[in-house]
Amino acid sequence: MMGVAAGLASAGYTVFASSFAMFAAGRAFEQVRNSIGYPHLNVKIGATHAGISVGEDGASHQCCEDIALMRSIPGMVIFNPADATEARQCVLAAAAHDGPVYMRFGRLAVPVLFDDSYKFEIGKGVYLKEGADVTIIATGLPVGAALEAAQALANEGISAAVVNMATIKPIDREIIVDAAKKTSCIVTAEEHNIIGGLGSAVAEVVCETVPVPVVRCGVEDVFGKSGPALELLDIFGLNAAGITAKAKIALALKK
Amino acid sequence: MNAALEKELKIKALHIRKGVIEGTYHAKSGHPGGSLSIAEIMAYLYFAAMQVDPANPKNENRDRFVLSKGHAAPALYATLAEKGFFPVEELKTLRKSDARLQGHPNMNYIPGVDMSTGSLGQGISAAAGMALGAKLSGKDYRVYAVLGDGEIEEGQVWEAAMFAAAKHLDNLVAFVDNNNLQIDGTVAEVNSPYPIPEKFAAFGWNVVEIDGHSYAQIEAALENAKACKDKPTAIIATTVKGKGVSFMEDKVNWHGVAPKQEEYTAAMAELDKALAEVEAE
Repeated sequence: MMGVAAGLASAGYTVFASSFAMFAAGRAFEQVRNSIGYPHLNVKIGATHAGISVGEDGASHQCCEDIALMRSIPGMVIFNPADATEARQCVLAAAAHDGPVYMRFGRLAVPVLFDDSYKFEIGKGVYLKEGADVTIIATGLPVGAALEAAQALANEGISAAVVNMATIKPIDREIIVDAAKKTSCIVTAEEHNIIGGLGSAVAEVVCETVPVPVVRCGVEDVFGKSGPALELLDIFGLNAAGITAKAKIALALKK
Repeated sequence: MNAALEKELKIKALHIRKGVIEGTYHAKSGHPGGSLSIAEIMAYLYFAAMQVDPANPKNENRDRFVLSKGHAAPALYATLAEKGFFPVEELKTLRKSDARLQGHPNMNYIPGVDMSTGSLGQGISAAAGMALGAKLSGKDYRVYAVLGDGEIEEGQVWEAAMFAAAKHLDNLVAFVDNNNLQIDGTVAEVNSPYPIPEKFAAFGWNVVEIDGHSYAQIEAALENAKACKDKPTAIIATTVKGKGVSFMEDKVNWHGVAPKQEEYTAAMAELDKALAEVEAE
């Protein structure tokens, strides 16, 4: 499929190719790398069913490695929208962008966070909430949980900022540096392995610019398992409580 | 076939072979064997079959070529240079760090290259995509791919074969360069793809078997492909690896080794002699 998409793109089409993240990024990694990435062809990969919220299908279908794989391909742009509003804008932005794009979508129905005034821009993170003590940088499904975590922290007198990072590559260095300077510690939240995803991308920028503690909330280098999606998110700590706990670790580290 | 055309193609193929030797000798690496085996196919495609214009290499109505066996890049480069896409002299820069001529074809660096290839099995999928693109846009260009007989051991080839037949891509022609040798031995020993014609036929392709060094047979096969509606065509071309350089012929060790000084001189002398003979015909 990825090879045919490359051929169509070479013939002048803007191609959308879609499959489960496990197969689009996992199985077809080398086709994406060599037939789409290397020739920098105009293919938009719509990777669905990403992360553990696939639920009952279990670990064979729960792709928590795709961001890491796609991030390593030169020229690849990566979107991970947080809700339906942003997903729609991501698709339109992908169509308008010249070059390969990897769009990461989940299977789970998630609350709509943004209204029509929300503006997605390639490569730009967005402050959803300002805060002074810790910044939670989240992508995709955990953005909602990050907002809940910020509220929980506020109830304990901790001021947490929340950044929605819908573009993982190119990463918004400016907003990360700004957050590091303002709150001196960062928590990342993603439905992905803590290795190679958003947490790694943020840590790379922070280490090279304003070294402050970065604590990653994500799937902790394990395979997923079967179960109802919401239960799995709780089990793997990808919920407000999990992010809140990581925020406290980050706060302790900066002291 | 037309005698004047055949003579011209023989001369082109000898120049392509000289280009292959020139490139791999200067690169001190590369794949001469499987480049030499497709010289006649390349000569026929670029000098008798395909509508391409070196002055307008991105013309959207041009016929497309995908070297799915991307390691035969020296043959593609020599052909493109001979056609006028870039200077023949540039063949000496093959695989150099400041050169456009990468070890395997890059469509963004080299005018006339329609698809970046090199990872075996992938080119045929892209070729199918190009052919599908022509169908979707109502264009009448044709897409030609050359695969290796070792390459078709890759599973992706058969996924593409299934797809091309399912989508009735009768504007797609895939040559299989059946020189019977791959890097580790004969294709039969390593992981036999035989019987090749029956496999493509079973996947829904129109199949033609030819001597891949016979222009008359290449021509007839391409005419057969053009006449065939609703099916892609596979041309299974029996060839000799290393063809045209006597000491390289049918020798597996010339799969991926460049000629050294003495071998280079001997190969060029042999090709020059053949060239003089053809020109004197």
